[in-house]
Amino acid sequence: MTGDAAEWRPTAGPTALQRRAAMLARLRAFFAEREVLEVETPLLSAETTLDLHLEPLSSTVDAPGIAGRRMYLQTSPELAMKRLLAAGSGSIYQVCKAFRGGERGRWHNPEFTILEWYRVGWDVHRLMKEVAALIETLLAGSRRLEPAAYVSYADLMRRHAGIDPHEASTQALRRAVADGPSPVDTSGLDRDDLLSRLFGERVEPEFAPDRVTVVFDYPASQAAMAQLNASDPSTAERFEAYVGDIELANGYGELRDATEQRQRLERDLASRRGTGRPLPPTPSRFLAALESGLPPCAGVALGFDRLLGLELGAGSIDELIPFPVERA
Amino acid sequence: MASYNMNQVRTGLKVLENGEPNVIISCDFIKPGKGQAFTRVKMRNLLNGRVNEKTYKPGDLLEGADVIETSMQYLYADGEHWFFMNPDTYDQVEADAAALGGAEQWIKEEDVCNVTLWNGHPILVAAPNFVTREVVETDPGLKGDTSSGGSKPARLETGAVVKVPLFIQTGESIRVDTRTGEYVSRGKT
Repeated sequence: MTGDAAEWRPTAGPTALQRRAAMLARLRAFFAEREVLEVETPLLSAETTLDLHLEPLSSTVDAPGIAGRRMYLQTSPELAMKRLLAAGSGSIYQVCKAFRGGERGRWHNPEFTILEWYRVGWDVHRLMKEVAALIETLLAGSRRLEPAAYVSYADLMRRHAGIDPHEASTQALRRAVADGPSPVDTSGLDRDDLLSRLFGERVEPEFAPDRVTVVFDYPASQAAMAQLNASDPSTAERFEAYVGDIELANGYGELRDATEQRQRLERDLASRRGTGRPLPPTPSRFLAALESGLPPCAGVALGFDRLLGLELGAGSIDELIPFPVERA
Repeated sequence: MASYNMNQVRTGLKVLENGEPNVIISCDFIKPGKGQAFTRVKMRNLLNGRVNEKTYKPGDLLEGADVIETSMQYLYADGEHWFFMNPDTYDQVEADAAALGGAEQWIKEEDVCNVTLWNGHPILVAAPNFVTREVVETDPGLKGDTSSGGSKPARLETGAVVKVPLFIQTGESIRVDTRTGEYVSRGKT
């Protein structure tokens, strides 16, 4: 891909650019009709995610009053949007760029377009239905989808991988991953890595291509920023939405307990330290917002480029963005 | 040899897997939004042609294999080995039947072949895509049949048996596609 005289040219054709613009217009109409407010928050911020599996890109900003400040390109607008929610914004959405270092492949580019929205006063199941409705509405012109399917993480793992994700021993998970059709050296993989691998290899390929599949009740150990289920604390109020095996969205019944959030962030920091990863600072403004009080809400992030890809029947993200990282 | 991490692997790279040379034919980056990244790699074993798939973690390394493809001139065979020469350095290598894998029924002294070397030893020899060879044995065709209809087996000077049109006679040269083993045309006389 280097030294090519055609590298100045976009990889996405005019149709993709036009359909992107049209889909963004439909998206804004969808939220306007539902009276969800569009907001903008900084792409570049002093605070960022500590998620072990996300690598934020950073830069040093020198400006009057800000001497040599390390700042991060957002991996998602979650932290800043929750500060708005805590300040009383009500339901909000944002469509913007997000950045994740180390991610490049058929459906990954280090810079991509993310849609994130929060519903104040909603529970996670109500938001799951709205996610399916948004996907169906935005794809309505190009494909006819069957009614969405809602199924729990544990049901899917039992059905397609023959594994009870809450009961199976880590040893059994290790064997299942090592013996799969595309074997992995499982050393250094923890329980959640193994589950994630099994889900990707055994479960995702089984999803129907012509409907939204919403997976809910993820294991508590993969809660990220979701609150635990009040009725079953072994699971979290986290869901993901797919069309076929394309992962489109990840959502939560949002964790509002600042103490619990701080503990999770400290655990993430300890894991990052243990694996020699960069250590961004603890996001203190975000934590202060939670301490002041996040209203009960549910929120979700959706990969906008992939949704456009489904409309166009594209085979890779390169067909959807004009200048992927190699040509950027 | 160098090692390659998961940001360096790409199609066409030659790597060692279980001590044997492989060529990577595809690699896919797999990464859930929340969770561990993997790279799924498909590779073809250069010794036996088998395709295998494995999945790697970001920290995994693949060891490079010292595999090169080069043009070499076929010199002669001694009944057990086939000898090839690098036309620039005059270095000679000997290939065994496994490396020839059928190419021996097409090649003739002085043919330039594509030879794959692993640590300097030939593991794969490909005959030129097209060769012109003399027919040493075939049934006499029907008189007057000049172009169409039917075929018959013909043995070439190098050993291969090819289906040829009925008008081809013993002693004629024919042009053959060695990849498919099919007759192409009458050769130059």
